[in-house]
Amino acid sequence: MSDGLSPFQPDSAGRPMHSPLHFSPEAPAGQMLEDASEREGGLDRRRRERRGPGVPACDGSAAARGLFPREDAGVDAGVHLRRDPPVQLCAVDLKKNYQKGPVVIPVLRGVSLSVREGEMLAIVGKSGSGKSTLLHLLATLDAPDAGEIYFDGQRVDHLAGLERDALRNRYLGMIFQFYHLLPELTTLENVLMPLMIGENVWGYVRRRRQLRQTAAGLLEMVGLGHRLRHRPRELSGGEMQRAAIARALVGSPRILLADEPTGNLDFASGREILELLHRLNAERKLTIVMVTHDPSIAEQADRTIRLVEGQLEPGAGPARL
Amino acid sequence: MYKLLLSWRYLRTRYIALASIVSVTLGVATMIVVNSVMHGFTTEMRNRIHGILSDVVFESRTIDGFRDAQWHMDRISQIAGNEIAAMTPTVVVPAMLNFEVGDQWITKPVQLIGIDPETQGKVSDFGHYLQHPANRETLSFELRERGYDTYDHQAGPNSRPRKQMAFAGMGYRRRMAESRRFLAAMTAPPGQASAPKAGAGEGASIPPADPFAGVNLADPFSQKKSEEGEAADSGYEQHTGLVMGIALGSFPQQIGKKKDGTPEYEDVFMVLPGDDVKLTFPTAGMPPQAASGLFTIVDFYESKMSEYDSSFMFMPIRKLQEMRGMIDPTTQVAMVNSIQIKLKPGVDGSALRDKLQAEFHPELYVVSTWQDKQSALLAAVQMETAILNILLFLIIAVAGFGILAIFFMIVVEKTRDIGILKSLGASGWGVMGIFLAYGLALGLLGSGVGMGLGLWLVAQINWIADVLGRITGRPVFDPEIYYFYKIPAIVDPFTVTWIVCGAVAIAVLASVLPAIRAARMHPVEALRYE
Ligand SMILES: Nc1ncnc2c1ncn2[C@@H]1O[C@H](COP(=O)(O)OP(=O)(O)OP(=O)(O)O)[C@@H](O)[C@H]1O
Ligand SMILES: [Mg+2]
Repeated sequence: MSDGLSPFQPDSAGRPMHSPLHFSPEAPAGQMLEDASEREGGLDRRRRERRGPGVPACDGSAAARGLFPREDAGVDAGVHLRRDPPVQLCAVDLKKNYQKGPVVIPVLRGVSLSVREGEMLAIVGKSGSGKSTLLHLLATLDAPDAGEIYFDGQRVDHLAGLERDALRNRYLGMIFQFYHLLPELTTLENVLMPLMIGENVWGYVRRRRQLRQTAAGLLEMVGLGHRLRHRPRELSGGEMQRAAIARALVGSPRILLADEPTGNLDFASGREILELLHRLNAERKLTIVMVTHDPSIAEQADRTIRLVEGQLEPGAGPARL
Repeated sequence: MYKLLLSWRYLRTRYIALASIVSVTLGVATMIVVNSVMHGFTTEMRNRIHGILSDVVFESRTIDGFRDAQWHMDRISQIAGNEIAAMTPTVVVPAMLNFEVGDQWITKPVQLIGIDPETQGKVSDFGHYLQHPANRETLSFELRERGYDTYDHQAGPNSRPRKQMAFAGMGYRRRMAESRRFLAAMTAPPGQASAPKAGAGEGASIPPADPFAGVNLADPFSQKKSEEGEAADSGYEQHTGLVMGIALGSFPQQIGKKKDGTPEYEDVFMVLPGDDVKLTFPTAGMPPQAASGLFTIVDFYESKMSEYDSSFMFMPIRKLQEMRGMIDPTTQVAMVNSIQIKLKPGVDGSALRDKLQAEFHPELYVVSTWQDKQSALLAAVQMETAILNILLFLIIAVAGFGILAIFFMIVVEKTRDIGILKSLGASGWGVMGIFLAYGLALGLLGSGVGMGLGLWLVAQINWIADVLGRITGRPVFDPEIYYFYKIPAIVDPFTVTWIVCGAVAIAVLASVLPAIRAARMHPVEALRYE
């Protein structure tokens, strides 16, 4: 099943990049990882020094060491952690306000966090504490009012629209509480959607067979091999969420952002989903950031952080090593 | 790719949008039908006008005309000989037509045209409009023995019957003269009698062979004896031949209803080829005198332009010149009023007109193309078409607003999906593309179906007109008014292309605003949308 998990090997051919323009729609996967090493020192170090203690480092050079992480699937989790995996996603002092007329509602008031490669991070907090908002910022779906977000050492929060789109398409996978499958499409088409978005018509038509195989393989993996031609409304909640996970994985993302993936499911289906996520985390070294209500779910994560009124609670649970 | 897939899926699942393009479909269909019919009418009309008139007409300003047609034709040839295919001189003069139906004399104003039977057919489709097949080949002002068409040869055997035409011809003329003579012998003492009225059969009455010869006080022409009198004294011989506009001598009469309830007509002739009529017209010279004479109808002229069919009469030019005193007794040089010019194919009539007009003094001569002659009519039809097109296109534009509204609705309905697509990495352009492609697909579908429907309607237009006529009990297309037996419809591919492109463009334009809105949608808000 492991090759089903990595349908795409990153393409190493490409031109060197020296700017955040990195996530241009044409840039093949993996390219930015190579370039990240060039950025070692200088800017990154200075930034690190600026930060106070306890603030995570957005270490670009570390990211370079994690080149092609999916290829060293043989390395076991322990070795991986001992090497102190590089920071993959990192937020510095994120602020986000919503303006309702004259009233400014501060939702995030300076959130800093970092996620290491292969880590499973849980974000917990009361309803309305800003978990979804934070996740959307991390996913570059929204821009913070202040603060910075780094992905593999590259600043991504101020990228231009098309580059952010490409970043989301290539490197980020997202799942939601309400699955968010497109109702007009079959399960298979839903899973294919990120690939269709990433390819132009000609490229898609040419590689159609291969892409469909990839998507079908992923659906097989999540246990929906027999539901390829079903519409989302013909699936149960758990099945829909599994299809959504397959969709999130189809582009071989580096990180999976999950917003209450089990929030709408009964206990059994929720556990299935969680097991799936754990398996992905363990087998693929897939970095997972998961927002959840449920403390029992949060407990299973490597590390839990708690959002309270737009700020991280000091002394959030340390990474469980 | 996903744009195509999604717009295709939206097309297949959103029937409400299909409803919005029904008006596009209908608009396109209507525009195609209207344009085809108008185009058909215009073409038919132009053809007819063109068939009646020659390409370029060279006229004198006075009906007395100019001297020496041959000299003028030579001069014209000198100027533009290589552009001219044929020329023929004509004399046109207003005249009064009289003929007797039953006990009554019918008087009508007509346009009497003296033509050269040899060359007239070369400059226009004159021969094509005649009723005797042989005359259509070569016109002769000699009355044919028999064999006139008993139906409208241009419309085909299913057109209105013309039963009386079966009798027409020399044989009919002889029989009539025979019976008149017999009746005269029976009812009047030998010697002198008033001209008897022949028993008029089939609604057509036979005028006396020579009403002016007798002492008929009711006869307004009795004071002057025709020169023709002695030539056709007995009624066996024919007078000078005359081709008569068909509407002058006939009228359609309802003879019942067809099985489907639409009225059925028959053409009733008041005079037939073989009958004599009387014409009076002014002579040339100062002051004009009235000249009149008896003529024998040898054929009917049916151009289907009622304006012409109810006013034109044709006779040999030489005879008309003689009767009007247009021939110089010493030199035998005759006067004509106009020269009809037929151009070689591809020659620009207006250029030739200008060239000729520059050579001939406009105070004395008028040169005009056939389009000039009917410019008012042609312009009116063109105007009508243009206005109809504008109105109909506005209908499609209104349909565009329907599409706009429904698209906005669909965009709102799809808000969450748009958010999902954006979270999967679709760009604003991509999302916009979905809706533009959707608009394009709807436009293509709507106008494609509209085009199919329109073309089908055009193909079936006469059948549809019949059915509508049957339902309403009133013919939609009344041949009595239009003088066509069926609706002429010509599909102009160029126009159809334009209509379809215009409709597609409107559909796409209408989808631009909703598409922009979709593209601008904030992904987070879209995802939060319930
Ligand atoms: N568009 C908006 N305008 C104004 N306020 C907003 C908007 N979006 C979110 N908020 C506010 O931001 C706060 C955080 O919202 P968010 O969805 O991030 O909470 P959450 O932690 O995910 O809650 P839940 O656990 O219920 O999902 C809420 O108080 C919400 O009212
Ligand atoms: Mg939330």
